[in-house]
Amino acid sequence: MSKFNFIINKKWCKTCKICVDFCPKNVLFLDENNKVEVRNIDDCTGCMMCEYRCPDYAIKVEVNE
Amino acid sequence: MGKKQVKLMQGNEACAEAAIVAGARFFAGYPITPATEIAETLAKLLPQNGGTFIQMEDEIASMAAVIGASIGGVKSMTATSGPGFTLKQENLGYAAMIEIPCVIVNVQRGGPSTGLPTLPAQMDVMQARWGTHGDHPIVVLSPSTVYEFYILTIKAFNFAEMLRTPVIILSDAIVGHLREKVVLPDPSEIEIVNRKKTDVSPEKFLPFKADEDGVPPFANYGEGYRYHMTSNNHDESGAPATNNHKVADALLRRLHNKVEKRRSEIIITDEIMMDDAEVAVFAYGCTARSAFSAVEITREQGIKLGLIKTQTLWPFPYEAIKKYANQVKAIIVPEMNMGQLVGEVERVACKDTKVTPLNKFDGRMITPEEIISTVKEVI
Amino acid sequence: MAVHVQEYLRLDKMPHIWCPGCGTGIVDGALVRAIGNLGYNRDNVMVITGIGCSARSNAILDFNTFQTTHGRALSFATGFKLARPEMKVIVITGDGDGSGIGGNHLIHTARRNIDITTILINNSIYGMTGGQYSPLTPTGSFATTAPYGTVEDTFDVCKLVEAAGATYVARSTAYHVTLLEQLITSALEHKGFSFVEAITQCPIGYGRRNKMKTPTEMLKWQKDHAVNIKAASRLSEEQLEGKFLIGEFVVKNKAEYTEKYNKLKEEAKKEGDFNGKI
Ligand SMILES: Cc1ncc(C[n+]2csc(CCOP(=O)(O)OP(=O)(O)O)c2C)c(N)n1
Ligand code: SF4
Ligand code: SF4
Ligand code: SF4
Repeated sequence: MSKFNFIINKKWCKTCKICVDFCPKNVLFLDENNKVEVRNIDDCTGCMMCEYRCPDYAIKVEVNE
Repeated sequence: MGKKQVKLMQGNEACAEAAIVAGARFFAGYPITPATEIAETLAKLLPQNGGTFIQMEDEIASMAAVIGASIGGVKSMTATSGPGFTLKQENLGYAAMIEIPCVIVNVQRGGPSTGLPTLPAQMDVMQARWGTHGDHPIVVLSPSTVYEFYILTIKAFNFAEMLRTPVIILSDAIVGHLREKVVLPDPSEIEIVNRKKTDVSPEKFLPFKADEDGVPPFANYGEGYRYHMTSNNHDESGAPATNNHKVADALLRRLHNKVEKRRSEIIITDEIMMDDAEVAVFAYGCTARSAFSAVEITREQGIKLGLIKTQTLWPFPYEAIKKYANQVKAIIVPEMNMGQLVGEVERVACKDTKVTPLNKFDGRMITPEEIISTVKEVI
Repeated sequence: MAVHVQEYLRLDKMPHIWCPGCGTGIVDGALVRAIGNLGYNRDNVMVITGIGCSARSNAILDFNTFQTTHGRALSFATGFKLARPEMKVIVITGDGDGSGIGGNHLIHTARRNIDITTILINNSIYGMTGGQYSPLTPTGSFATTAPYGTVEDTFDVCKLVEAAGATYVARSTAYHVTLLEQLITSALEHKGFSFVEAITQCPIGYGRRNKMKTPTEMLKWQKDHAVNIKAASRLSEEQLEGKFLIGEFVVKNKAEYTEKYNKLKEEAKKEGDFNGKI
């Protein structure tokens, strides 16, 4: 299991791709509707940049205890 | 019985002292003659009474600071004249729209523009009513004596708090700078109105949900009521509703109705020697002083002249005019402008009687003699 | 516990109105995390804005909020702060709102050193009205009112507020979001007038007309053109050409306005209590 848990709010995602383009580990992709999708969760370092740079607060990265 | 106070006071000083009695604890302004004494007096009195005085960078900022302080729960005011009054218009409309009580004093001087610094005029009657864009509600009061300036300042705060709306006092360079003996009521006997507070819990509170009287109660900050206010068209929750015609219609109607519903409380008129009057003068502000003298003089000459004097300009006292329109041969409306409030008199009276304007706009007061000669022309 | 922005949003106002990739949300996120991490009681926080896309910020934030007229938020905030000195007062403004129509208020609010934290969201353009040039639109850039490129010079708004008397001045970008949050945190904790300029992107009003087609390109521009002030001293003038500085520029201790005025009140009270009874 990944150290991190993603809560994605696709309703809020406006398909801007910022999270995808600046993820240092290529964890994130856009789905067929251009909404954010988590694919390589095991590579995630928990840097939080996707959450912090998402203008629409659509991503929440939680650390699994 | 409280003790009455007998004093010799200047109009502007009376306004400042009355503001303290009314509970005003914030003033923001920008210097301009003939209003500056109000700022100067409050710069001294406010901190002594735990209040705040601040001189802002301009009148736009002054008006903004006044509204900001009132949002913070403090009774607030500003004072200005012609050019400064113009700069206050933008935020005056804001206060009307988000329903923030505040008092704006305009000690009028001759215009347009910097005009006649700083000779008296009554040229801002329509600007006080319509100066800010949008069809906003407003209350405008105008004193003709130092005593009235004192009492109207207190009433202005009371009306503002009662209605959650800005109230304008249109004074003028005459009444502002005049020194007169006044007999003031004991402050403990003066009625002071404070804004309504909600008794609804924070979860259920809607900042723009009005009571029966059309006025929404306030909630205190810091007590769990967290809400939004915007001058965009908004619903009861305060949320912008810029595309909602129904909400827009209801909001503007309510803003107007809350003032209209209280007409009888807000409108202060005196009917002097009107019972048997054959001619009436309708006057306000400094001009009412000359009109009063004209009545006294003509009565001695056997001419039945009466005076309808109003201290409330807006909402306009149509009732008082209607009452006498059938009785008198003419209503003379002297104003130190090119004819502003006379239009309102005509609106109600023109079918029943003659309405005669008497205008002077050269920085000199209209004299009783000028009024009397107009009376003699119309008789 | 990590602070998530969602906890501080008015959820019924979401999703917000901003265009895809707009930087405003990123700046607001940094502000909210800063407030959350500082543990402020949100009932004691007042966020005031003027007019513009950036000014729509406080409509979605679950604090005490009101939106004012264009450019005047700082003057409203001055009155509010004087009425409620115990509350944390924050102003969010835009480059047009804060440096154009509200420029005079910015100067004088800074000069008074009143305890207000101001965040100027500089997206280089008038966003809300559809992309007209602002006082901070880079010279030569295109805007709807500059179809041939603007010939006007800009100015450094951080230097302006510093000269006016601000006691905390800093700048970051939407790209440098962690630094932005740190600077906002320091600004909030600073006693006096604190100012943080956040360089952000308006992909719709500015980017599209200025050869940056995507939000990503605009964030890359921020990354490539920002130089941390700590590194700047090691760089030559040529290396700094066309770049802008980020980081903390001013941190000064100076008596704060409401505290000074409260002392004045104490002195004035000794002179006599009028209360209508002279
Ligand atoms: C007095 C006044 N003038 C003009 C406008 C129109 N207006 C609304 S938003 C805006 C520009 C806002 O630009 P900026 O402050 O840069 O904020 P942004 O929208 O880019 O976030 C203008 C000119 C207004 N609302 N009020
Ligand atoms: S940054 Fe946010 S809005 Fe943009 S694509 Fe990613 S999740 Fe969606
Ligand atoms: S937390 Fe960092 S590594 Fe993980 S998905 Fe987000 S940006 Fe990528
Ligand atoms: S116009 Fe620009 S500033 Fe306004 S919401 Fe769109 S991207 Fe953001």
